[in-house]
This record gives sequence, structure tokens and C-alpha cells, in this order.
Amino acid sequence: MDFNLSKEHQMARQLFHDFAVKEVEPWAEETDELHRFPWEAVRKMQKYGFMGIPFPKEIGGQGCDTLTYILAVEEIAKICGTTAVILSAHTSLAADAIYINGTDEQKEKFLRPLVEGKKLGSFALTEPDAGTDAAGQQTKVISDGDEWLINGNKIFITNGEVADIYVAFGMTDKSSGVRGISAFIIEKETPGFSFGPCEKKMGIRGSSTCELVFDNCRIPKNNLLGREGKGFGIAMSTLDGGRIGIAAQALGLAEGALDKTIQYVKERKQFNSPIAKYQNTQFVLAQMKTEIEATRWLVYNACVKKDSGKPFATEAAMAKLKASQVASEVTRECVQLHGGYGYIQAFHVERMMRDAKVTEIYEGTSEVMKMVISGNLLK
Amino acid sequence: MNIIVCVKQVPDTTEVRIHPVKGTLIREGIPSIMNPDDKAGLEAALRLKDEMGAHVSVITMGPRQADEVLREALAMGADKAYLISDPEFSGSDTWATSSTIAAAITKLEYDLVITGRQAIDGDTAQVGPEIAEHLNIPHISYCEELKIDGDEVVVKRQFEDRYQILSVSMPALITALGELNEPRYMTPGGIFDAYREKEITLWTRPDIPIKDENIGLKGSPTRVAKTNPKLLKQPGTKIETGVDESVQFIMEKLKEKFIL
Amino acid sequence: MRDCDMSIKENAVFVYAEQVDNRITPVSLELLGKAHDLAEKLGSQVVALLLGFRVAELTNILTSYGAQAIVLADHADLGQYRTEPFTQVISQIIERYQPEIVLFGGTSIGRDLAPRVAGRVHTGLTADCTSLEIEEDSKRFLMTRPAFGGNLLATIVCPEHRPAMATVRPGVMVKREPNETAVAEIVDFDGIIVENSLFTTIREILKKDVSKHDIQDAKIIVAGGRGMHNTEGFALLQDLADSLGGELASSRAAVDAGLQDKSRQVGQTGITVRPLLYIACGISGAIQHLAGMEESDFIIAINSDPTAPIFNVADVGVVGDAFKIVPKLIEAIRRERS
Repeated sequence: MDFNLSKEHQMARQLFHDFAVKEVEPWAEETDELHRFPWEAVRKMQKYGFMGIPFPKEIGGQGCDTLTYILAVEEIAKICGTTAVILSAHTSLAADAIYINGTDEQKEKFLRPLVEGKKLGSFALTEPDAGTDAAGQQTKVISDGDEWLINGNKIFITNGEVADIYVAFGMTDKSSGVRGISAFIIEKETPGFSFGPCEKKMGIRGSSTCELVFDNCRIPKNNLLGREGKGFGIAMSTLDGGRIGIAAQALGLAEGALDKTIQYVKERKQFNSPIAKYQNTQFVLAQMKTEIEATRWLVYNACVKKDSGKPFATEAAMAKLKASQVASEVTRECVQLHGGYGYIQAFHVERMMRDAKVTEIYEGTSEVMKMVISGNLLK
Repeated sequence: MNIIVCVKQVPDTTEVRIHPVKGTLIREGIPSIMNPDDKAGLEAALRLKDEMGAHVSVITMGPRQADEVLREALAMGADKAYLISDPEFSGSDTWATSSTIAAAITKLEYDLVITGRQAIDGDTAQVGPEIAEHLNIPHISYCEELKIDGDEVVVKRQFEDRYQILSVSMPALITALGELNEPRYMTPGGIFDAYREKEITLWTRPDIPIKDENIGLKGSPTRVAKTNPKLLKQPGTKIETGVDESVQFIMEKLKEKFIL
Repeated sequence: MRDCDMSIKENAVFVYAEQVDNRITPVSLELLGKAHDLAEKLGSQVVALLLGFRVAELTNILTSYGAQAIVLADHADLGQYRTEPFTQVISQIIERYQPEIVLFGGTSIGRDLAPRVAGRVHTGLTADCTSLEIEEDSKRFLMTRPAFGGNLLATIVCPEHRPAMATVRPGVMVKREPNETAVAEIVDFDGIIVENSLFTTIREILKKDVSKHDIQDAKIIVAGGRGMHNTEGFALLQDLADSLGGELASSRAAVDAGLQDKSRQVGQTGITVRPLLYIACGISGAIQHLAGMEESDFIIAINSDPTAPIFNVADVGVVGDAFKIVPKLIEAIRRERS
């Protein structure tokens, strides 16, 4: 059992680190302060193949593995939580859903532009009355000749307004309950598909989090993703993969905050000493570092399990559960170690703390993670 | 068109620190990078590959771990890589280094050789021109812009107060300035290819057609007699005096520091 | 005065007298000064190499600054600098006169020409030297230069090959007082220039306009803070920057007060710089600013508050009023430079 990253993975990490510092960092503060989508960084990520990392070359991807992709999310998250989730939602949710469940035609038409970096993807499951209770879908989808007719709305959708291709879910057969939900691929500009307001949020403020509105929206029959009635299973299994992405985002946020804090405590002097010399500081840092390292191996393990083809839902849930807890705690402690400066925007850690919170909520709350894990334990 | 790019793995000298007590250089933990001028040269070659289908080989001389910089070049898009590495080449000054690299280059087909202007550790800017001399091909240094015009290479050559637009027939060597371009990033797929699909050819002493008298420490006309770390920063001097005295004091310091 | 070439002794100290557009590059004169010291210790002669087209009158200035003999290569092929014809001429001169040492200025010409020549005559070349000495007893020629990004000083020797060649950083060696009555032997280059495939073609020459740099790469930075108060204060600092050939920068306080553009802001939320010289005027030195400049090679701080934290990182701290000190400093610098 080798806990060392291979040379390829080390070099990939270095690439993502350098990219994050040069291309993402200059925009990080503005992204947060102005609630602004970081187009400059995203366009460059598209140009260099970052938006298709774990997908095969045959379909236009980079031909790497899940771990490589997760390293990208992690390194970017150290600098900007927003940019990290843009990458994660696009890759793990939208692209992966089509990769696993799509027909060859669908992959060629929809997946290729996503992984080649020509289009952005989004995943639309959540509704005003269907959050944790995802099965309570109200969006109605009726078969009408060679089209589907969709009515309903989705909220809190990441990459909401900026995406080009959406994987969305709706009820094709209300009488069948969970087995009446189906998955669809919907393109932007489709008549009847519009956007509601985008949210102003506590954190990941540059992420486009919007309402999608379907008002007699018609899409071709061929845009059904997977089999009719299998949508819920598609949503759940896609979210399993997405959780690893969010876990990586949380891990990166914690690491980024710790890095900034280590620098700060070496420089900041009080009572004639750098505060790094005080035992409280040292002990808090030690604890945070340990939590982060424990998290790291949960996250990387989930990657390896996913790629092995074996079931990985529990590993992914544990990774997200732990990482999001650690991110919230570590970022909060880092603000505290910065003292008054920790409350100041210019020192970044307060932004990381605000960004971290959502990792305990989206793509399945921490409570849902516990349901998944205990469900597996107690079967 | 065949292009050979010479690259060097160097310590990131912007990260070097002086030990606060011992006054010695702290070399541990300094990341190794591809020399920035070389990377610009590689990018120029890769752009020619994109535009005209040129074939790009990269070559380096160094210890075995210099293969990392070749992998990076392959990940950026280079086609082939060659590592010249042998203990017999160690201790080489610029004469021996350039002789060895030139001898290796004679084994390959080339129209254009590109080197960086200078390395951030040696800072000599000598190896490129000396390679050209050994190969008996023309060189143009301080290249800020580069074009191919038929069988000529056209270069915007930087001087202190002017530019010359120079052209020369290939085969030729040019030395690239960091300002030449903005090098591309590797792609994740490129990295996997570099390690899993592409090959690095290792050349040791027997592979290089060169006489013993031109290699390594023995083949080097210059030697390092000694090295000293740059003087440790002394604690600052603070003065509080009249305006003229203050100005005089500052002027003395500026002269001491060769600013004036 | 022209004479037969017996006037050039073997083992002389040669200086490549760079000229561009019929003006001797200042470093060449500095090198003549240094060559004089070296030649004295070696008991040998200072010889200048002058290459160009219709440049004979330049022998006068070379003579007054220390050349004892001059090899003059005046030829149409040498009108504008090109590597190959210049290399051919200098290599032939070296073969002919067997100097001990040849010095070049570390200019964009010198650093192009010297390695080609060193390659052609098969000898050692040391680049960008900041110090040249003849060792007392051994008479070894010691060439000292910065390496490793400037963090190390390396002393190099060239034990066997001759001539020992070096390029020298401009602004380091000291030129002598000119002696208008000095006399030098002038010897015409009698070799040949063979046009071959190594000759480059000059298609065009473009003069540079002084364009704005990004302050990130500036070697000299003059920065102002809240203590510079207003636009007059910053105009003064711009003047100081110009006099030193540097760039103007600013602390965050001044940017927030609308006195400077954000692109000039140095600090935690601005740019990090590591110039050779950083002059901080009216900057208190809050931790956010220090984060952007404390790696500068040499820091001078001018502030009227003796307790300002900037003095903790300054190599030279001047407690005083920048509005009074800076104008006089600018005058002194301009005087020195002229």
C-alpha cells in the first residue's frame, strides 16, 4: 500500500498549484466581494483541459483519473472556494452523469463539448420543496409526440446562469413515486427555459447559484438521459461522485486557511515574540494539521475506490462528512489565530470560513452523509 | 522542420535564503524548476509546432533527476527528450558543457536550436553562443521575437537602446529571452502522456562523440576557486540629523551599493 | 601615432572598446581603468581593441582613459555590430598578439561576442564579474561574480588557457581621470574578414522608446505612503525615481486616498517586489506593506516619525522630513550622474 502520489500526480498537483496562484488568486477577492463569476480563470481552465480531466481522450477528455481531477479541485480550493466548486459541479455532476448514463450520440453531442472545455455544465435536482427529500420532485415532464414537455422550477443550481448544458430531473410518472423520476439533458436557449433570480450567499459568492424555470419547455425525446423512471438512481449515484469533489473543495479550503495562518503566526509579534512561539498557537496548529491529514486520506481513498469500479458511496460520504466538518472548524480556528486581522477581508481567512460552511450542506447535507454511512453499516 | 530546445533544471533562486546565523546558503527544500528563459524557448518551438508541424526535441545535461524537467517539456507538448547524464560530465564549466551538448546535438537532425539566454543559477549567458560555435552554425542572442521565413530565421534582437531585426539561414541557434512569450501550462493529459506514453533517451559518456579532454572538470578552462554567500544583511543604521547630512549619508550608501 | 606591431607586447591586458554609433560605451572606459591596475600588477600593457567603420577618432578618448596601445579594425563589415565579423576580427587579434587577459563589458553586445570568441579560441570566459584582482604572490587572475541568482559570490580562475576572458558588469569598475596628454600606439588590424554562412543580415534597426515597465520587475523603486500627503508629494517622488532610473510605487494608504493607481500598490493586497533598491518615503511600515517589499536588497526609509516600524526593516533609516530631504537628494543624484 503506497501512500505516495505517483510522479504524474505530483507533477499534476504542481501544475494545479501554479495555475491557482497565477490565474485564480488575482481574482479571488473580487470574485467574493462583487459576487462575480471568475470568467478569466474558468476560460483558462477550459483552454488547458481542466474541465475534462477524468474523461477518456476518445471523448475529448484528458485521459487522467479521478485522483488527478480531485487534486485540481483541492489546489484551486486552497485559493478560491468559488472556482473550485465551479469545476466540481461541472465535472462530477454534469459531465459524469452524461458519461455514465449517456448514449454514444449523447456523449458525442453533449459530453464532448463539456470535457473539451467548450461548454459549461450544470446539474439541476433541487426544488423549493425537494432538498434532502430529493424524491419529492414537483417538476412535471409529459411525453408529447417526439418531445418532452417540462414544467417546473429548480433552485440553488450551481453554474445556474452560466452553463450551456444542464442535466435536470423531473417526474415523468407521479404514480410511481421514486421510480417515476427521469433524467434529461437540456440546453440553454431552449424556448421555455429561463432563469429566475440568482442568490446572494454567505460564501462561494462568485458561484452562479440560480433558479431555473421551465415553462412549457420542449426538448427532443432523445434528450432523455438513461431509461425513463431511472432518474432518481442516476441522481443519487452521480451525487456519490460529486461528494468526492466537494470533499476536495473542503480539504483545499482547510489547507489554504492553515497555510495562511502558519505564515501569519510566524510574522505577527505580540509581547516581543512571534505568536508562533506560544503553546496555544502551536497546539491549535498541530490539531488542525492532524485533522487535515486524516481528511486527505479519506478523500484520496474515495477516488481510488471510484476508479476501481467498486462501490464507493460510503467512502465518498465519509470523505465529505469529515472534510466539511474539518473545513468549518479549521477555517474558524484560523480566523481566531489571526485575531483582529482574521476579521479583515484582506487576510482571506474570513472568506474561507464563509466558503467552508456550504460544504456541510450542498450535494447532501452532513446529516444525509450520516444516513448513507449508517445505512451501509447496518445493512 | 526539426527544432532542438536545450533546457536546464535549476533551483528556483528566487526562493533561496541565507541562514540567519551561519550566513550560508540554505539549498534544501528549494524547488527545482525549468529555467525561465529556456521555457520561453520551448514555448517558441511549440508554437512553431502548432503553426507548421515542426518536430520538437528537448535536450538537457545534468544529474538523473533532471529528467523531471524533460517530463515537463514533454507534458507541454515536446515530442522527444534526451538526457545527457554521466558522472564524467560533472564539474563542467561553460566550455565543457557547451562542447558536450553540441556533440550530442550532432547525433540529431535539426534546422533550429533554441537555448535560453541565461540560467538563473549560473547567470553566464555563455552556453548558447558556445554551442553554436562548436556546431559551426550562426547564432542570434537576446531574441525577443522569432519568425520563420522560408529557410531563414528572422529575429528581433534586443539591445540596450534599440532592436535589430536580423535574419540568418538555418541551421542556426537562437537564445531566447524570457520576454519572448508567455509559456503555456502543461495539460493534465499531457502530464500523463509524458510519464506513460513518451520516452526519455538517456545518453551517457559512451553515447557522446567527444574527446575526454573537452569534458567534465578536466575539460574546463575555468575553475571555481571559492564561493562566499553574499554578505548577511547587517542591522540597519538609523540617523536623525540635518537635511544636508542626511542627503550626504544617503548618497554615500547609494554609491557603496553601486546604485550610482 | 602609428607604429609597427612590435609595440604590442605579449601577455597584455586587452579591453574590447565597445562603440555604438561612434560613441564609446561607458563600461569600456571603466574597463580601461581596471585594466590599468591589472597591467601594473602583471608588469604588462593595456591595449584597447576598437572595431567599427570610420571610428579612428575614438582612439583619442580611449587613449586619454588609459589605453597604452590600440588595435584598430576599421572596416565596412564592422559598421553595425554583428557576431561573426566581430568574432573573426577579435579571434585573429588574439591569435596574433597572445594577450594574457581580455575584458569585455557585460552589455548585450559583450555577452554575445565574448562567448563566441572564447569558443573560437578555446579558452575560459567568466561572465558578469563584479571584481577582478591579481592575487599577491601567485599572480593568479581572480574573477569574482555573483551566482545562484545573486545569492552567492563565486571567485573563478582560468589556470591554463589563455587569454583569460571576462565580461564585466557595467557600473562596477572605476574609470580613471582622463589624461588629455597621454599617447598610445595605434596598430591597424591586418587580418581578413571572410564573409560566410555565419554572417547575419540586418534587415532593420529600430530605436527603442522608453516604455512603462510593470513595477514588478523594477530594479529601483521609490515608494510613497500617507506621509507624502498629496500629489505634489508624489510628483517629488516620481522625480526621485526618474533620477535613479526607477519606478514609482505606493502603499495602500496612498492608493485608498486616491493619490496613486492600484497598479502601483506594494503590499499584502498589492504587488510583492524585490528590487535592488527600495526607498520608502512617508511610509509607516505596517505589516501589510512590509509583506510586499521586505525582500528588497537594500531598503532606505525616510520618515519623520522615529518610531515608525519601517525602520525595523530598513538598512538605512533617515528620520526627517521627506519634503525637505528628497529635493536635495534629487539634486545630488543628478550632479553625480552628469
